[in-house]
Amino acid sequence: MAVKALKEYVFEPADTQAKLGGAQLTYIGWIDHLMFCAPFAFPFPPDMPFGALLEAVLPGSFGQHPDFAKIDWSTVEWTKGGQPFHPDPSKSLADNGMRHKDSLTFRTPGLTGFEGMSS
Amino acid sequence: MTDIANAPKKKLGLKERYALMTRGLDWETTYQPMEEVFPYATYEGIKIHDWDKWEDPFRLTMDAYWKYQAEKEQKLYAIMDAFAQNNGHLGLTDARYLNSLKLFLTGVSPLEYMAHRGFAHVGRQLPGVGARVACQMQSLDELRHAQTQIHSMSNYNKLYDGFHSWRHMHDRVWYLSVPKSFFDDAITAGPFEYMIAIGFSFEYVLTNLLFVPFISGAAYNGDMGAMAFGFSAQSDESRHMTLGLEAIKFMLEQDPDNLPIVQHWIDKWFWRGYRVLTLVAMMLDYMLPKKVMSWKEAWEIYAEENGGALFQDLARYGIRPPLGWQQACDDKEHLSHQAWSTFYQYQAAAPFHTWVPSEEDMAWEAEKYPDSFDKYYRPRFEAWAQMEADGNRFNNGTLPMLCQVCQIPMLFTEPGDPTRICYRESEYKGETYHTCSDGCKNIFDHEQEKYIQAWLPVHQIYQGNCFGPDADPTAPDFNPLLEVIKWYRMNVGVDNRPYEGSEDQTNFQAWKQQTTSNAPAAG
Repeated sequence: MAVKALKEYVFEPADTQAKLGGAQLTYIGWIDHLMFCAPFAFPFPPDMPFGALLEAVLPGSFGQHPDFAKIDWSTVEWTKGGQPFHPDPSKSLADNGMRHKDSLTFRTPGLTGFEGMSS
Repeated sequence: MTDIANAPKKKLGLKERYALMTRGLDWETTYQPMEEVFPYATYEGIKIHDWDKWEDPFRLTMDAYWKYQAEKEQKLYAIMDAFAQNNGHLGLTDARYLNSLKLFLTGVSPLEYMAHRGFAHVGRQLPGVGARVACQMQSLDELRHAQTQIHSMSNYNKLYDGFHSWRHMHDRVWYLSVPKSFFDDAITAGPFEYMIAIGFSFEYVLTNLLFVPFISGAAYNGDMGAMAFGFSAQSDESRHMTLGLEAIKFMLEQDPDNLPIVQHWIDKWFWRGYRVLTLVAMMLDYMLPKKVMSWKEAWEIYAEENGGALFQDLARYGIRPPLGWQQACDDKEHLSHQAWSTFYQYQAAAPFHTWVPSEEDMAWEAEKYPDSFDKYYRPRFEAWAQMEADGNRFNNGTLPMLCQVCQIPMLFTEPGDPTRICYRESEYKGETYHTCSDGCKNIFDHEQEKYIQAWLPVHQIYQGNCFGPDADPTAPDFNPLLEVIKWYRMNVGVDNRPYEGSEDQTNFQAWKQQTTSNAPAAG
């Protein structure tokens, strides 16, 4: 719906990819691990391989949880925008179909946080 | 003998004074058309046919207003001075209490000032004189509240950390964008929406959930200064509530076409205000050393009972309780625990101290929240306590995803499932926007063009807009998060560190000891 206003009311979005120097914002949440209170936000170059995200980014952000070291990445289930997602680690984010401000989650079967209570 | 009955009275009655000194001050302009004098009066779609129907139950005139306020100020400043001169801070239950004041000073006091500006603007723009004068008084009240709060809390700034740059921080710090964007949203709306947003939804429906917890918290924890400004504001607040209620009733009685517009504003502003109260929930349950009541209990009294009765009363106008009301009632089991978890892990980026609740405090949480605390939140806090004991305190160093509307990190869980983060998504002009709840998504979808401009702290940091002029992003040892904290003007390693071992903790203990023993001062 339109904003009610006295004059024409049109603005540029505050967070376009161009304003991030071409980086695309990517949000990543780890299901059943609410020790991390909210999903994370990252600015990634679109040509970064998805595998680099797994190897170079996630350990620094999620590694403090004791479950992280136990993850078997071959069993991890990803979603993108709430839909199942099957990324190829050798391909870039863009070639995996990821766009600016996409939201990913990953579930690690068998790992459900402290005392199994999703923390 | 003079005819006593017919002699002119020396003093006017309240009603006559009000008629002459408020309603009698208005006139119809002739040199300029009225629609140019009041340019904001109609564009929101609210139809007003007769401003004379506006009722002001207080019938307060400006001259009486000044007199009452001056008396209140005299009493208040006498108490504040006495408290400061007698080292009243040493009578606090514990220095942890001060963190709720830091939260209030950075998050709430600047909103009092914005409310002053907002009511001044609305007081200028509403075409009815009764409403204009009432808004003028509220505008002055809000300015007084901002000032008295700043004066009261400035006493602590001499002695404790984190009180120094509240105004600078309010415009920059990540969690302060929550109350800031709330009020910026309201004052950039039209005058009628502002009256429903602040006058009704905040001042009438939600204000008790903000002030009673903070002021009772002050009373329970020995803070005479904050208690005194709370009491000094109380009679103003009852006038504000009356204005908010009159505003909504007046709009609804003037034209049936106003109902859907007003209902949407209630839906929107209830949810906006409720999200801001997340900070109060956490203060009540985690930050007060001597606790007043739980957030859940406060919600049940001030929202479910009082608010429930209000919406029953408004049902005769066709108003229903706001969308999101039931979700807010259900979330009372979880809100404070989720919020404190967030501040605990982002300790490095907040100018107040956090801690893992003690065993005694966790027993209190479990008693107050028998259906949620032990099951969902105790495991988390116990794991963090263990990590602290192992010398490995959990500090979250990655920036969180934020809600496009309330700007709170996406920490809220799905209705009915406290183990799943709630994600909502909208598309607008080819861009994706994320919100934390149905409430925030509805607000976004109704006025996308407004919320796409949101200054989201995390995205602004990534755009490089949150560093000081001396920061050098090309330097090999550039630490972006540290530079952001410096730009916030936090005293790094002092203001933003855990409570355990902080200056506040050690100084308070040392000073307190000096009052009862001959031990030399520490440090």
